[in-house]
Amino acid sequence: MSVRRRLAMSRPTEGAAGRTGSWRVFLPVIDRERCNQCGLCQMYCPEGAIDEDLNIDLNFCKGCGICANECPKKAIEMVREDR
Amino acid sequence: MPKEEFVLKGTSACPGCSASLALRYVLKAAGPDTVLIVPACCTSVVQGMYPNTAVNVPVVNVGFATAGASASGMSNALRALGKKTNVVVYAGDGGTLDIGIQALSGALERGTDFLYVCYDNEAYGNTGMQRSGGTPLGAKTTTTPLGKPEVKKDIERIVAAHEPPFMATACAAYPQDLFRKVKKALSIRGPSFIHVLAPCPPGWRYPTEKSVEIGKLAVKSGVWVLYEREYGQLAISSPSRTALKNPIPLEEYLAPQGRFAGIDPKTLDILKQRIAKNLQRLAREESGVC
Repeated sequence: MSVRRRLAMSRPTEGAAGRTGSWRVFLPVIDRERCNQCGLCQMYCPEGAIDEDLNIDLNFCKGCGICANECPKKAIEMVREDR
Repeated sequence: MPKEEFVLKGTSACPGCSASLALRYVLKAAGPDTVLIVPACCTSVVQGMYPNTAVNVPVVNVGFATAGASASGMSNALRALGKKTNVVVYAGDGGTLDIGIQALSGALERGTDFLYVCYDNEAYGNTGMQRSGGTPLGAKTTTTPLGKPEVKKDIERIVAAHEPPFMATACAAYPQDLFRKVKKALSIRGPSFIHVLAPCPPGWRYPTEKSVEIGKLAVKSGVWVLYEREYGQLAISSPSRTALKNPIPLEEYLAPQGRFAGIDPKTLDILKQRIAKNLQRLAREESGVC
């Protein structure tokens, strides 16, 4: 076994704190009719959970609602999630 | 703006954390050839649990008081090997303004080639929002339940006294401005310092979706002025320049935050006077009067 393998080293992985999507209380829902693809939601997402095509990764979205609050077209709505 | 993310999804940051938003852009600007030095602060928790980490660059987690000293050693070692790797310290306000100040001062004085980013949530957020030197006058924290009686320590003037080649202020609500400043800081040889305001939803007691909004209000009301000082020449950044032509009243910034609930008019008055004084001083410095 190499030295690198034996060292207690953390490796970069998605979901280092688990599936943080399970923390969510409110779910962001994008209205594609209203969306003008400005990308502000993607820019302001603290988690980086919104990709280039503005799809939200619900495995990791914590439901903070910054995207809905900053959307200039009000195209994102936060709805309470049923679990 | 590069598309690559260096803070991977699924960190253990609170929902709506603007420090992790700022870290995203600091690392985007710094790129993959970077070593991140993190003293004890929220970011040392945000990385997640062993054997995984959420940060996709090498991270050195060091003791609270040693961020500047560790960066000095790291930077000198890398330069001795002929490597141009960026050394970036990402420290909270406790690790910069209070506990880490002598290591920071030493590193600045030695002229270490590194970038020190202080993200300021104005209290010890990681341990439960105790007061720090960065807490502003009148703000309630768990150790100042009636509002802090002292004013915020002006770290920017302390750093400016060391005359680093580049220093700036930024805010997590203006990622493009932050990105540009980090790029510029890393292009200059020698020590550089960026002070980032990072609103904290649980600590400042406001709903998570308002993180960016509060950051913008701080800039628009003049509580936080975005500027950069390059070789002693001050330039106020464009978001602040536009906002300060017609600043919003301070109350609009304080009202959404639970930590300023029931602030007495006397304290409010002192806050306003201090903001006016700070703006005046910066305007004078920019125009070269003093």
